[in-house]
Amino acid sequence: MATDAQARGSLWRRLPVISQVRSSVGLQRGMLVAGLILTGIFVLTAIFAPLLAPYGFSQLRGDDGVAFGALQEPSAAHLLGTTTGGYDVLSRLIWGARTALYVIIVAVLASIVVGVALGLLAGYFGGWLDRILVVVADALYSFPSLLLAIVVAIVVSGGQSSMWGGILAAALSITVIFIPQYLRVTRAEVVRIKSEPFVESARVIGSSHVRIMTRHVLRNSTRTLPLIITLNASEAILTLAALGFLGFGIEPTAAAEWGYDLNRAVSDVTSGIWWTALFPGLAIVLSVMGLTLVGESLNDLADPRLRRRAAGSEPAEDLLAPEGDPGAGDGDTDLAEASATPTTKEGTV
Amino acid sequence: MTTTAPVAAGPEPAATVKKASGGSLGRYIAVRALLIIPTVWILVTTVFVLMRATGDPITAALGGRLPADQLAERVHEAGYDRPLIVQYLEYLGNILTGDFGTALSDHRPVTEIITTFGAATLELAFYALIIAFAVGIPLGRMAAFRRDRWPDATARLGAIVAYATPVFFAGLLLKLIFSVWLGWFPVAGRADTRSELTLQRLDGATGIYLIDAIRTGDWNIISDVLLHAVLPAVALGLLTAGVFLRVVRTNVISTLGAGYVGAARSRGVSERRLLRKHAYRPALIPIVTVVGLQIAMLLSGAVLTETTFEWKGLGFQLAEYLTARDFVAVQGIVAFLAVVVALTNFIVDVIAALIDPRVRY
Repeated sequence: MATDAQARGSLWRRLPVISQVRSSVGLQRGMLVAGLILTGIFVLTAIFAPLLAPYGFSQLRGDDGVAFGALQEPSAAHLLGTTTGGYDVLSRLIWGARTALYVIIVAVLASIVVGVALGLLAGYFGGWLDRILVVVADALYSFPSLLLAIVVAIVVSGGQSSMWGGILAAALSITVIFIPQYLRVTRAEVVRIKSEPFVESARVIGSSHVRIMTRHVLRNSTRTLPLIITLNASEAILTLAALGFLGFGIEPTAAAEWGYDLNRAVSDVTSGIWWTALFPGLAIVLSVMGLTLVGESLNDLADPRLRRRAAGSEPAEDLLAPEGDPGAGDGDTDLAEASATPTTKEGTV
Repeated sequence: MTTTAPVAAGPEPAATVKKASGGSLGRYIAVRALLIIPTVWILVTTVFVLMRATGDPITAALGGRLPADQLAERVHEAGYDRPLIVQYLEYLGNILTGDFGTALSDHRPVTEIITTFGAATLELAFYALIIAFAVGIPLGRMAAFRRDRWPDATARLGAIVAYATPVFFAGLLLKLIFSVWLGWFPVAGRADTRSELTLQRLDGATGIYLIDAIRTGDWNIISDVLLHAVLPAVALGLLTAGVFLRVVRTNVISTLGAGYVGAARSRGVSERRLLRKHAYRPALIPIVTVVGLQIAMLLSGAVLTETTFEWKGLGFQLAEYLTARDFVAVQGIVAFLAVVVALTNFIVDVIAALIDPRVRY
């Protein structure tokens, strides 16, 4: 439970969402709030899975010792039916949220740490190190992400695995895809900030490289990160599901995983059985949608060309674009506020 | 795939090139062409290092199923017990001569697998792109013109749903509704067994079924081939359509705010004409770059779509080899796709430079 709370905290605290909800109007606010609700449901389901799920994810028999039976239609005992393997669909759905959240946390944290560090080094020092890192990142970025993920999954787990083995395999394969993105974004910001007067002055008074990098540059170059994190979290769910669908996911007895369930459902669909495919699929769609809506809205709100203001002036607004960028420069103050986001968001509805 | 990341990342490769090129198109293309080599080299090396970091493919495929001495003998025969650096150099040399290895499970050279199944993937990707263009571009334009009103809201939501839906889930739903329940389209495959036999017997078959079917001149076969293609193409195409929609919308909105549009407006150009002529056309340029980025995503999507619909292309074959734990074949196919991706990106960059002089600086 402790890890969940921490994980949730780290995810939420990185989202300075409150100011965005406030500065949004109309459709944009609707999208942001809808996204926050869907994401909230996803995270809460993941955290409270043991309480919510009627059965265990690998449970085949009820308390009375009678097997559930394979491919049972939705009924009172099994609200969403049972799978070919005789598992309860609803329970695997709920437990699957937890697996997905673990993967997101590991993948996003690992790629941020590595990607931001490399981006900082590349952008700050420049020269041959920068050239090499950028060329490598470009090459990896251009490559079909799923194929890269498959290769990494083969390396990490050899194809099949336990729960944590599978989670690490999926998370690491996603990390490899994300690192180039974090590297480039951080690098671009660092290059921009490096020439600012305050960095010059820090250098003049003799601050060390490490101090300038962490204190002056890093702090100011993270403003685009919340956006990338939400979008990458949704991509992480999709990649995990795709790996599972290709049979490179987590064993059904080790953890519940939506992509694996869909893989098993392919033959069911041909014989007209809909519940084994529909529900895990919807779970993926809704959780990815939630994260994407949040990410998209943050993106639009951070881009003055796409942002609508409460005053609502028509297209001419773009020519002026005054008042500073509410997405920029909000550092520490927002972090404390943002941890209260889940409650506030329900309040706004 | 996010629209933001590629757009934010867009100018970077050009910026690296900028220093070297003096500004002429010829030099830009030359420098860009030279960049293919390190790109392919990095990708191929990454794949090699990753796949061999944990051991040799024979142990991975047969480990536990053969006695240790037999296993060691087969590893020795295949040369996997030599120093890694020797194997690596040999592997690079083979790739240079167009040899991507030979599958362990069925002993087919990877190049043969590619020529046999590549056509099917190409055909599917082509259909999917047509659907993506036909759906994504008009809807994106409409969303930008009716910005923040219901058509915009619906189209944007549609784009997000299209992104959030994994291709294989979209495929399963389409299959369930349109083939199992309604019976309009076949459940799986590229053609019925009878048409397939006719097509395979055709002299000089291209492997692209539509072309082959047209050459037979038999309407039954043509319609059969087309009917089989509808659902996979829609599943894969809608995913890409969502990306196109978002790119077109964002770019039309930003060109609407450009100075020259304001100038045209102040000259009294009608709002309709402003949208149709001034804002829309320049907004299409970034689509070229996005198509390039989509090729990589289409390939990922094709693997999943082909598996869902048993569309016997490269992706389907890749998934088969994955299940068979034939990692030599997997490595070969992946390395080949790396070359394909690097080449398409080059072509796309050149086209973008031809259309838009700003790209080449």
